[in-house]
Order: sequence, then structure tokens, then C-alpha cells
Amino acid sequence: MISQLSWKIGGQQGEGVESTDRIFSTALNRLGYYLYGYRHFSSRIKGGHTNNKLRISTTPKRAISDDLDILVAFDQETIDLNARELRKGGVIVADAKFDPKVPEGVDARLFAVPITAIAEELGTSLMKNMVASGASWALLGLPLDVFNKAVEEEFGRKGPAIVEKNIEAVRRGAAYILEQAGGPLEEFRLEPADGKKKLFIIGNEAIGLGAIAAGCRLMSAYPITPASEIMEYMIKKLPKFGGTVVQTEDEIAAVTMAIGANYAGVRAMTASAGPGLSLMMEAIGLAGMTETPLVIVDTQRGGPSTGLPTKQEQSDLNALVYGTHGEIPKVVIAPATIEDCFYDMIEAFNIAEEYQVPVIVMTDLQLSLGKQSCEPLDYDRVEIRRGKLVSNLPPLEENKLFKRYAFTEDGISPRVLPGEKGGLHHVTGVEHDEEGRPNENAVNRRRMMDKRLSKLKGLRIREAIRVDAPHEVPDLLIIGMGSTGGTIDEARERLAADGITSNHITIRQIAPFPAEELKPHIQSAKTVIVIEHNATAQLANQIKLHVGGADKIRSVLKYDGTPFLPAEVYKACKEMK
Amino acid sequence: MATFKDFRNNVKPNWCPGCGDFSVQAAIQRACANVGLEPEQVAIISGIGCSGRISGYINAYGFHGIHGRALPIAQGVKLANRELTVIAAGGDGDGFAIGMAHTVHAIRRNLDITYIVMDNQIYGLTKGQTSPRSGFGFKTKSTPHGSIESPLSPLEIAMAAGATFVAQSFSSDLKQLTSLIEEGIKHKGFALINVFSPCVTFNKVNTYDWFKENIVNLDQFPDYDPTNRVAAMNKIMETGGLLTGLIYRDTTRKPYEELIPGFREEGLARQDVRLSREAFEELVAEFY
Ligand SMILES: Cc1ncc(C[n+]2csc(CCOP(=O)(O)OP(=O)(O)O)c2C)c(N)n1
Ligand code: SF4
Ligand SMILES: [Mg+2]
Repeated sequence: MISQLSWKIGGQQGEGVESTDRIFSTALNRLGYYLYGYRHFSSRIKGGHTNNKLRISTTPKRAISDDLDILVAFDQETIDLNARELRKGGVIVADAKFDPKVPEGVDARLFAVPITAIAEELGTSLMKNMVASGASWALLGLPLDVFNKAVEEEFGRKGPAIVEKNIEAVRRGAAYILEQAGGPLEEFRLEPADGKKKLFIIGNEAIGLGAIAAGCRLMSAYPITPASEIMEYMIKKLPKFGGTVVQTEDEIAAVTMAIGANYAGVRAMTASAGPGLSLMMEAIGLAGMTETPLVIVDTQRGGPSTGLPTKQEQSDLNALVYGTHGEIPKVVIAPATIEDCFYDMIEAFNIAEEYQVPVIVMTDLQLSLGKQSCEPLDYDRVEIRRGKLVSNLPPLEENKLFKRYAFTEDGISPRVLPGEKGGLHHVTGVEHDEEGRPNENAVNRRRMMDKRLSKLKGLRIREAIRVDAPHEVPDLLIIGMGSTGGTIDEARERLAADGITSNHITIRQIAPFPAEELKPHIQSAKTVIVIEHNATAQLANQIKLHVGGADKIRSVLKYDGTPFLPAEVYKACKEMK
Repeated sequence: MATFKDFRNNVKPNWCPGCGDFSVQAAIQRACANVGLEPEQVAIISGIGCSGRISGYINAYGFHGIHGRALPIAQGVKLANRELTVIAAGGDGDGFAIGMAHTVHAIRRNLDITYIVMDNQIYGLTKGQTSPRSGFGFKTKSTPHGSIESPLSPLEIAMAAGATFVAQSFSSDLKQLTSLIEEGIKHKGFALINVFSPCVTFNKVNTYDWFKENIVNLDQFPDYDPTNRVAAMNKIMETGGLLTGLIYRDTTRKPYEELIPGFREEGLARQDVRLSREAFEELVAEFY
């Protein structure tokens, strides 16, 4: 029996790859396996090769595997492009329709199943996905009733006849392959899973869920890959809670609408990717200057310009940390796990209101779109903190306004919402006095700048750096951010097998940079390796700037659009040791 | 009950003496009082320009944002608290150049907001460059040989975008301007009020006298029917856009707020947004 396995389905975009994966993985989730998905797709809607890869494991795995055990192919192109990823003795399940061939030099077993033919016999080629997933399931020797239940849930709304048909498609796919293979393949027999309930969710949905739990009731956004799922999730759910989503004319409208809404007292957000963030920069400065809470999600993708819109990258860091003209206090948080996506949104909304600043939640494409197992989310950890929000104020004196920008010890002033009697004040992006009236006086200017910039002093999110340091003085200190954590951990296991010790730190608070926390680790390390998805070592540069250690910091950079594989990180680290 | 004096503050506008924007300020103050509002019920969201300063000169909640973005900010305010009366204001550059996309889409969206444009056919704050409203051949600092672009017609654009309230007025006619702003505030939906508000410093062509000579006042045509879309379009074209009064009003269409599924009458900002444990578990359940 094995503890983990990798499965991939490929075909032309729009051909049922997504739905095959969805049904197959939903059923696996029911059995309690840990799952980690990866979508390879392009900007085309129909046509063009696409594939989904799924890691199935009895223990948590947060990385794509280096190789592949089972490849399900709807066309020869899928085999030609992916067969070399198969490990020796891997399996290809292909549609007999295109007379599949195993490429030269690939050692794999081929099962040609009449996927299309069976589906057409049952009435429609649309059921290809059921035949293919049924065949995959049977090969693994997993209980068919669990699978059928997942099918029932997927099609239940369409009536029992449709459910029946789909279950029949599954049965036929399974029967055909079992006959060909002479029963389930023993080498693919998975150990039973722990059976514990886990969520199976993409980062963007976890972000939406977190936002709603945090009390966000308005989202304004403009569609873009890989952020759109956030607004799509929000519009499905928000009406039930009295909220809504506005699809604006552009990202400038999206962000300024969110600013207006936050000013008027509702928790509002926007989400986008690099191109949208570039458009938002002036408005982010407005939020900083007017001390208006604001939450933005940046789901990073390949840049610059339109770049690689459907590919992995972590290259917006500099833009997010330094973006907007002038100087404002700004918080940048980088969730590193699917659970972080949820909890960090709650934290983001709390910080935005408590510190009255823009907060950017920075994910990357793999974290946003990769569907994966997620530990149950804890309702008791949901907490709403609104900071210095005041109401029921005494009447204002003649010709006086509420001191919305009062100088205070911590730089944070009381905040009041429009509608409140006794709270009238002015808000402007022009430098202003305590009442918010434009003011260019040099002394006032200095004090206001210092007030705003002092607000974040000491701000730390929960686990600003996440430390996994089993060794006092390891051979290597490996640092990363975002979705790469699981890959780094797998690389570390292999390094350990070679006798190389390593610690792992995930930077979760990008700005303000948690320098004091990181410093002792950098100081005591022999060699520091920073793993990131960009070409100019943006994270490593932040570390060098804020902490130092340039002489021992090495970078492993990847910017070809594909996520790091454990083997790549392992090899690079081993060479640098 | 508040009077227009309650909407005054002690800030001295930095506008040039004679600037048309003074009347707009007075008209907003009067209109707010006339429709029975209290200062704290009003949020004035303005853009950047000489005109954009207006939110600081009225005693109400004021938000002076960034160039061209008054409307999306105003829409955010309205969505967050629909109980507020939201007035957006700015210049012709703000609304018809850098912010044009927002203007068209705010009109389409039709939230219950009153948008007042102080149209002086020039960029005042940046000291006299051409605006999308400047006439063909108009000489400015940025068009020393005369503008070679055709001026755009905000009224026709508004009509084409599906506006439910289109009006135009003139700074010299405080009575009409005040009454149109009142109507705009009372209108349930997006109200565009374009105001000829002369820039006495940089626009020596479109002066008070020039407007007095050239504009047609619809108030003098008792038969004019502002609910007739075709007639409205014709009138705008006939007069080359040089008309004042209520041009078009459609009271049949519901404002955006009323069309949002599940959107409550109580302002969002005033609602309790905490999720119950049951609601949370229900949201999570779909992912198991
Ligand atoms: C993004 C941006 N670009 C340019 C400017 C400079 N600017 C400020 S106001 C303005 C135009 C003002 O013209 P208008 O909107 O007609 O207002 P007016 O001053 O005439 O009332 C410009 C170009 C700016 N503030 N922001
Ligand atoms: S420059 Fe023109 S628009 Fe600006 S305040 Fe003076 S007169 Fe008014
Ligand atoms: Mg102007």
C-alpha cells in the first residue's frame, strides 16, 4: 500500500477536464484524503491544452509532486506533453477514440478505454468526464458507493434520470478498465485516509469566506485572472447577508468605491491582480492620506504588463510595498496556506479599521486557484475589531468640526461615520489639519506626516514570520513566502535524508517588515536561501535591506510561470550548501 | 429644522472673486435646507479642481478625493449607507475628461446620487488649459493655435447612457439652479446637473454675458415635456446644448439600490454584520 499518489487529467480546454477533476477529487475528499491541486491553463476559453494535476495523500501535502502516477488523456497531445512526467511503470488511461500511442522512451502502461464511445452510447459525449473519472477510481480500487454519492450530489438537482445516467457512465468506465487490467492495480492501492472532515477549497474562496466572516458586505471589482473567483464567490453569498458586489468599469472605480464605502462605515474590499493594482496606486495613496480603512487582495500572476496572466509568479511585492507616490503607512500581508487565506482576511479588515490604513493581502496564483484540503475553520477565531470608531457625540461648538485627525499618542485618531450628529468633519487628500481642513503650514505638515507614519509602529499580525526551526544551528535557513511553503518542506525532507539540516521561515508580514523577529535567525544562520517566484529577488532584497546578512543570503528564483517543484528546490539547496 | 445658514461654515473659499462656483455653493446650501435635510445627513463628495474644493465650503460631511473619481467614491458612500443624501460635485475636466468613464457608468448604474458639474469649459486649477468642453478653435495655454478637437456634449452622452434625470443651469440663475438641485436630490436615481459656471480668470470667451446672450431657458416654455426622451434629445441638439432647465426626467425606473437582491432599507453601515455560528457553518458546509 502507498501513502500518496499523483493523478492528472488533460485535454482541450472546455472538454470536461475541470469537471472530471472536480468529481474525482470531491469523492476523494469524502474519503478523507489530503488533496492538493494544480491547474495548468491558458487564457483561451475553448481549445488549447489544459490539465489538472492532483496530489492524493494520507498526510498533509502542500506541494505539487515532481512526477506522476496516472495520466488520463482525452487526446494524444495530452500524452505527448505529459507522459514524460510519469514515473517508471506509471499508467496512461486514454480515450480509445484517437488510437493513443505511448511516446518513445516512456515506460508506461496504457489502457485505451472507449471513453467517448461509452458516453455517446449513453446519449451524450458530455459524459466523457464520468467515464474517465469512473475508470480512474476503479483502478485505485476505491469504494464505488462513495463515488456514486458524489455523482448524486453533482447532478441531484437535474433529477434522478440524469443521476442514473451518470452513475451508469461511471459503472461502465469502471467495468471496462477493470476487465482490461484484471482488477484494481495493487501498486496504486492507497492506505486508508484518516477519514477526518476537511474542506476542499481554492484560496480565492477561502478569501471570500474570510471576508464575509469579517463583516465585509460590499465588494467592488473588475474581472481579472486569477482574482475573479473572489468576486464570483462574494456575489453568490452576499445577498443573503444584505450585501452586494458591484462590477465596476475599471479598477480605479473599484478601489475608490471601496474607499467611499469604508469611509461611510461598511467593511468593503476589492481584489485584482498586477494590472489592476497598478491602476489603483493613486487611490491607495488617498486611503493612506485620508486614513480611510481599505482592504485589497492582489492575486499575483506573471508580470510585467499582461505578462503571463494564467501563470504563477510573486513579482508584485515591490509594487505593493513601494507603490503610490509620496509616503503612506501601508500593510502588506502574505497568506502562505489555505487556512491563512481565511484568517488573514479577518485580520486585514481588523487592521484596516484599527490603524485606519490600506491593507493589501498578497496571494499568488497557485495559492489562489490551487484547490486543496483545508483544516476545519474555527468560528471562535473570528473576531471583529473596529478600532477607534466613536458615536453618540456631544454637539459641536460654533464653527468647530470634529477632530477626525486629532494628534494622539499612537497617531491614531477617533473616527466617526457620516450621518453622526456632532461628527461633522472634512476629509481630503490635500494635507490637512486636525479637523480635516486643507492646511499647508510647515509645522502642521511635519506633524501630520509623522502622525500617519508612526501608526504602524509595532504592528504585527499573528505569525508575522512562521518559524519551523528544529535545529539550533542548521546547515541551511530556507526562507519563502506564499504558496511555496509545502514545496520547501518536501525539499527539506530530502535534504535531511542526505544529512543536511535546515530550518524554514515563511515571511507572512511583508510590510512593515518584521525585521526584529527575523534578525536572530539570519544572524545565527550559516547559509540563508530565499526561494521566490520572480527574477530580481524582491523578498531577499527586503531581508538584506531590513535585516542585513547580504554575505550569506543566496537566492533561488523561478519566473518561467510554473510553480517550484520539490526536486528543484532540493537540488538548488543542495548545490548551495 | 436646518436653514441654509446651517450649511455654511467659516471657511473662506479660495476661488477668484466672481467665479461661478460661489453660486453653486449657495445653491447647494439652499437646496439642502429647502428639502429639509440636516447637515449630518448630507455627504458631499468632490473631485479635484477649483470646483472640487466645494465640499470644504459647505457644512456637511465632505470628502475631497482624487481627480476624476468623485463618482465612484460617492457611489461607495451611497451603497454603504443609503440613508445619506449623497451629492457629488466637480469640474468639467474632472467629470468629462479623466473621470468620463465613471460618469457614463454612474449614469447607467443609476444610484440615487445628485451629480453637479461646474462646467467652465476650461481647466481652472491648473491655470487655463483646454477641457473636453472647450469649443473648437478655443485658444488656451495648451492649445495656443486653437483647439482642434470637437467639444463633447455631456447632455447627449447622459441621454445615450440611459440617464433618468438630466438638467442644466447657469450660475447667474440662482433660483433655477437651487430648484434643480432640489429636484435632483428628490429624484430617486442618478441626477446629472451640468452648470455653466464661468471661470472669470481663464475663460474670456464663455463669459457671463456670453451665456446670457446664448442660452435658451426651458422655464420659458411651459409646454416642454421633460418626460419625453425624443423631445429632450431634439431640444439639446436644436440649441447646441445651450439650454437650461430640467431637460429630462424618468421616474419609472427604480434606482440601483432598489434592484439589488436582498438589499435592505437600513444603511449597510448601520447593520450588524457579525455572522452567526449557524450561518458560518452553512457557508463552510459547501466545501466539505
Ligand atoms: C491624476 C491627476 N492628473 C492631473 C491632475 C492635475 N489637475 C488638477 S485639477 C485638473 C483639471 C481641473 O479642471 P476641471 O476639472 O475642469 O476643474 P476646474 O478647476 O475648472 O474647476 C488637473 C488637470 C491631478 N490632480 N491628478
Ligand atoms: S481660476 Fe477660474 S474656476 Fe478657478 S476659482 Fe478662478 S475663476 Fe473660478
Ligand atoms: Mg473646468
